[in-house]
Amino acid sequence: MSNPQHLQFSKEHEWLTAAEGGVSTIGITAHAADALGDIVYVQLPEVGDTVTAGETCGELESTKSVSDLYSPATGEVVEVNQAVIDEPALVNSAPFEGGWLFKVRLDGEPADLLSADEYTALTGG
Amino acid sequence: MSSPRLTALDALHRALGATMTDFAGWDMPLRYGSEREEHLAVRTKAGLFDLSHMGEITVSGPQAGELLDHALVGFISALGVLRARYTMICAEDGGILDDLIVYRTAEDEYMVVANASNAQVVLDALTARAEGFDAVVRDDRDAYALIAVQGPEANGILASVTDADLPGLKYYALLPATVAGKQVWLARTGYTGEDGFEIFSAPADAEHLWNALTEAGQGVGLVPCGLSCRDTLRLEAGMPLYGHELNTELTPFDAGLGRVVRFDKTTNGGAFVGRKALEQAAAEAETNPPRVLVGLVSEGRRVPRAEYAVVDAEGAPIGRITSGAPSPTLGRPIAIAYVDAAHATPGGTVAVDVRGKHEPVQVVALPFYKRAR
Repeated sequence: MSNPQHLQFSKEHEWLTAAEGGVSTIGITAHAADALGDIVYVQLPEVGDTVTAGETCGELESTKSVSDLYSPATGEVVEVNQAVIDEPALVNSAPFEGGWLFKVRLDGEPADLLSADEYTALTGG
Repeated sequence: MSSPRLTALDALHRALGATMTDFAGWDMPLRYGSEREEHLAVRTKAGLFDLSHMGEITVSGPQAGELLDHALVGFISALGVLRARYTMICAEDGGILDDLIVYRTAEDEYMVVANASNAQVVLDALTARAEGFDAVVRDDRDAYALIAVQGPEANGILASVTDADLPGLKYYALLPATVAGKQVWLARTGYTGEDGFEIFSAPADAEHLWNALTEAGQGVGLVPCGLSCRDTLRLEAGMPLYGHELNTELTPFDAGLGRVVRFDKTTNGGAFVGRKALEQAAAEAETNPPRVLVGLVSEGRRVPRAEYAVVDAEGAPIGRITSGAPSPTLGRPIAIAYVDAAHATPGGTVAVDVRGKHEPVQVVALPFYKRAR
């Protein structure tokens, strides 16, 4: 699955949208979802929580392993995707769309993010 | 560190887009697509596995049976020709060195199949224990590729590429057979809880066999399967995995598998490696039951994983998880654990410490899954 050009990416394999009214949507990339295998459990931050760029804010559990979820940006969580909590496989099947994870009201401009092409290069095409 | 070993099917796995993983020094397919779909295919249709990393050791000669009776805990010489048995090899102190399948391929010949991670240990032990017996231990790890077809459609798939007498081939039996034109050992064994076959072939024939089976299974839903679903399949079927449920610290009696130890064998005057320690372990198990291997089913969605602590209602440790995974068949997390006998009764509730949170789990009898026959 190619990495959508309109998104920005972290080295920890999260993506985020350009802010609309100060709010960005965050998810994990197809590359990360594929590496994890079938995702069976998603633990997300709660609405009202403050997340910090580069710090863990939840966990993703797959058949074989548990991985920390990092936030690519700093800010307040304003919405979480209940659909992926109910059906974690959405992260595998639609990582850039229905499998988004949470939305953050950004506290400043996120730094150290990659373009789609840079992220594609990082993950070996 | 040396580079990983490749099976004869390596190029095929890569062409199929498999996610590869290092397993006991071998580069093996973990999964080709979704491990959950591979798992369900084996339960409902069929799956094709490359198991060429397993370690084959041939033991032959007039005293091959006596040697194995001496070296292993089972009564191997009592096994009929063309039959197979699950058994173990133990150290002098009774600790489990490996669990094995032994196939009797002829009156004077046996094929011992060891786990990839223990194949060298088993080979070394058998070689050392062969001293004084008129028998030869041969390393045949490079002589065989191993392909498994498992699942309810396995019989039909194989029947379409062989004239072998499949209805006459019982569970835990084997036949020399021609499959897709190649000479193989065809065994009705497996590690998935389903009906199925394991095919030992020359490595040079493996690709041809894989392709023929793939073609034969096309119409009935056969899919290539990796080690990931093999692990969840065996876990549902309650089958132990060396390094998880079995290790050198445990005797077969500690693992609840005392039945594989045959104190009644008559060869070598009843003597075998580990006998004294195992007699002691058997007696201890009678009077002072060790921790019991049980199944756990979680109500939640977090998965109890190997090495997590099992705790009682007060949070006191009462055991540990040896294997755990989300069960595709049950639709909830399952685990195998050693727990104190007082908490081992099916129907009881205990908890698992999942990264600091105590998740309630129900104790159940193993296996989690048993196929309808």
